[in-house]
Amino acid sequence: MKVQINSKYTSLVITIGIFAALVVIGSFSYDNFFGAQNLVNLLIDNSFLIIVALGETLVIISGGIDLSPGSIIAFVSMLAAYLLTTVHCNPILVMLIALAVGSAVGLMHGILITYFNVQPFIATLAGMFLTRGLSYVISTDTVSISNPLFVAISEYRIPFLFDSFLSAGVIVTLFMLLVFIYIAHYTRFGRAIYAIGSNEQSARLMGLPVNRTKVLVYVLSGFTSAVGGLVFSFYMLSGYGSHAIGLELDAIAGVVVGGTLMTGGVGFVVGTVFGVLIEGIIQTFINFQGNLNSWWTRIAIAVLLLIFIALQRVLVARRERMKSVKRVETIEHAASAD
Amino acid sequence: MKPILRRGITSHQIFWPLVGLALLLLFNFLFTKSFFLLEMKDGHLYGSLIDILNRASVLMLLTIGMTLVIASGGIDISVGSVMAIASSAIAVLLSGQMVDINGQQQFVSHIPLGYALLLTLGFSLLLGLWNGILVSYLGLQAIVATLILLVAGRGIAQLITSGNVITVYNERFFYIGGGFLFGLPVSIFVVGAVFLLTMIGIKKTPFGLFLETVGINRVAARFSGINVPLVTLICYSVSGLCAGLAGILMTSEVRSSDPNTMGLFIEMDAILAFAIAGNSMAGGKFSLGSSMVGALIIQTIRTTIYSRGVAPEIMLVVNAIIVIIICSLQSERVKTAMAKFS
Repeated sequence: MKVQINSKYTSLVITIGIFAALVVIGSFSYDNFFGAQNLVNLLIDNSFLIIVALGETLVIISGGIDLSPGSIIAFVSMLAAYLLTTVHCNPILVMLIALAVGSAVGLMHGILITYFNVQPFIATLAGMFLTRGLSYVISTDTVSISNPLFVAISEYRIPFLFDSFLSAGVIVTLFMLLVFIYIAHYTRFGRAIYAIGSNEQSARLMGLPVNRTKVLVYVLSGFTSAVGGLVFSFYMLSGYGSHAIGLELDAIAGVVVGGTLMTGGVGFVVGTVFGVLIEGIIQTFINFQGNLNSWWTRIAIAVLLLIFIALQRVLVARRERMKSVKRVETIEHAASAD
Repeated sequence: MKPILRRGITSHQIFWPLVGLALLLLFNFLFTKSFFLLEMKDGHLYGSLIDILNRASVLMLLTIGMTLVIASGGIDISVGSVMAIASSAIAVLLSGQMVDINGQQQFVSHIPLGYALLLTLGFSLLLGLWNGILVSYLGLQAIVATLILLVAGRGIAQLITSGNVITVYNERFFYIGGGFLFGLPVSIFVVGAVFLLTMIGIKKTPFGLFLETVGINRVAARFSGINVPLVTLICYSVSGLCAGLAGILMTSEVRSSDPNTMGLFIEMDAILAFAIAGNSMAGGKFSLGSSMVGALIIQTIRTTIYSRGVAPEIMLVVNAIIVIIICSLQSERVKTAMAKFS
C-alpha cells in the first residue's frame, strides 16, 4: 500500500525536485540569477503559458488532447486589437467577447469529439486551423493595441516581497491556478474527469455524465486559452495572426513534464505549473549563458520530454505488474482457502 | 442488375475523392480563365494542371508515408520537422566553393551530389527509425513519440545550419525539383516512383495485409503470428524516408533551406489528405491511391484560391471546414441518420 501512494506522487516529486535543482545550479553558476525579481519574472514571462497549460492538463487527464490554444491566443489577440482599434468597442465588452469566443471554439471541439466521435487530435486540429485562419482573415498585419484600459492593465505593477513586483497577468494566473486546483481535486466534475481518463467505459457504466463532462473539459480549455489570449494581449499590446505559433506544444510539454500521463487518468494541476516553470528556467539559463542560441531551448525541452515519457512508461509498467502480482496473490489466497 | 452495378462503382473508396476532384476541376473549367490550357514551351509542358501536379509532389510524398503510419494505427506529426532537418542537411552537405574549370568559374560542392543525397536520405531514415522504435518497441503513444521529434526537429535543423538560411548553388541539384524529363517536371517522376514502389510493397508482398491486420487489431495480429513491432517500425521508417525526400525536393525547388519555415504545419496537410480520401483515422483498411487523390484535392483547392486572387490565408479556414465536414460524415451518428433518411 505504501509503495502505491509513493508512486502516485513520484513524478510530481521529481518535477519539483528538478525545478529546485535548476534554481540551485543557476544560482551557483551565474551572478544575479537567484533574486526575487528574477524568479517572479519567470512567472510574468510564462503567465499565459501556465494559464493555457492548466486547461490542457484537464483535457489530457480526461484522455484527450487540445492542439488549439496557440491559435486561440492569436485569434483573441487579433480580435481584441480589431474590436478596440477599428470598431472602438468598450474594452470590458471586448474581454467578454474574447472569453465567449474561446469557449465557443472549445464547445465546438467538445461536440465534435463527444457526439460525432471525431478523434480529439483531429477535432482540435480543425479548431487550430480555423482560429488561426480567421485571425489572418481579420488582418495579416500586426495591429497594436492603444486602448487606455488595456495599456493601464499592461503597465500595472503590484509590489511584492523583497522589492520585486508582479504584473496583472501573474495575479490572473495565480487565481486561475487556485480555481483549477479546486475543480480538479475538490469537485464531482474533477473526479469525473479522472474517472473518464482512467477508463471511459467504466466511467459510463458507473453512471457518470461522461458526455457532459467531456464537452465541459474542452469548453474549459477553450476558455483558459481565451484568458491566456487576453493576458498575452496585455503582455504584447498587439494583435497578430502569427502570435504564439507552436505554443500548444510548449503547453503539452509542460503538462507531461509536470507528471500528467498522456494516456489520461493521472496528473496534478500543480505539477503542470512546475513543468512550465522548468521550460521557462531552461530559457533563462540559455539567456544567462549568452553564447548559446535559442534553438537549444527546443532541444532541451524535447530531451526533457523524452526522459519524462520514458519515466512514465516505467512507472505505469511497474504499477501494472504490481496489480497483476496482487491479482495472482488473491487468486492463490482464494485457492488455498478452498 | 443495374443497381448492383451502380453500387459497385460507388463502393470503391477512391470514387468519392475522385468526384470531389472532378467537381473542383469543373468549377475551375467554368470560372477560372485558361485553367486547362497546356502549352509547350522549349519542349516543356506548362499549365495550371501541370503546376498542380508539380506543387502537390511534396505533399503526395508525405501522404504516402502518413498513409502507412495511420493505417498501422498510429500518427506521425514530425514529418514537417524531418523535412526541415533533411533540407538543412542537404543544403549544408552541398556547400562548396567556386573553382576555375577550363577558364570558367564553376561551383563545386565539397561532397558529390550522389553522396549528399544518400547521406540525407539515410539520416531521414534514422529519424523515422527513431520514431518507430519509440512507438513499437518502447510502446509510447504515437502522437507523444512523434511530438518529441516535432519539438526537437526545428532545433536540430537550426543547429545544422547554425540558425542561418542557407542558399544552395549546386546547379545539378536543381534538376530534381525544377528540371524536366520528357516534357514533364522531374518531381512528378520522383513521386511516381515512390508511389509504385510502395504499391508493389503493399499489393505484391504480404506486408499490406499485415499492415491492415495490425491497424485493425494489434492484439489479434500478434496472436496470429505477425511481428507487430516490425510492421510498425517499417511504417515509421518509410514515413521518415518520404519526409526526407520531400525536404530534398522542396529545397531543390526553392534553392535554399530555411529551418524555421520549411515544412511548417505540412504534417496537418498530409493528415488532411489522408482523411479527405475517406480513409479511417482509426487505422486498418486504407487506399494509397485515394490518399494521392486527397493530396491532389488539397493542392487544387490551394491553386484555385491563388488563381482567383483570394487571400492565401483563407486556406487555413477552408482546411478547417473540410476537416470538420469529412470527420462528421465519417461518424456513426451521421451515418445512421443518413441511412434513416435514404
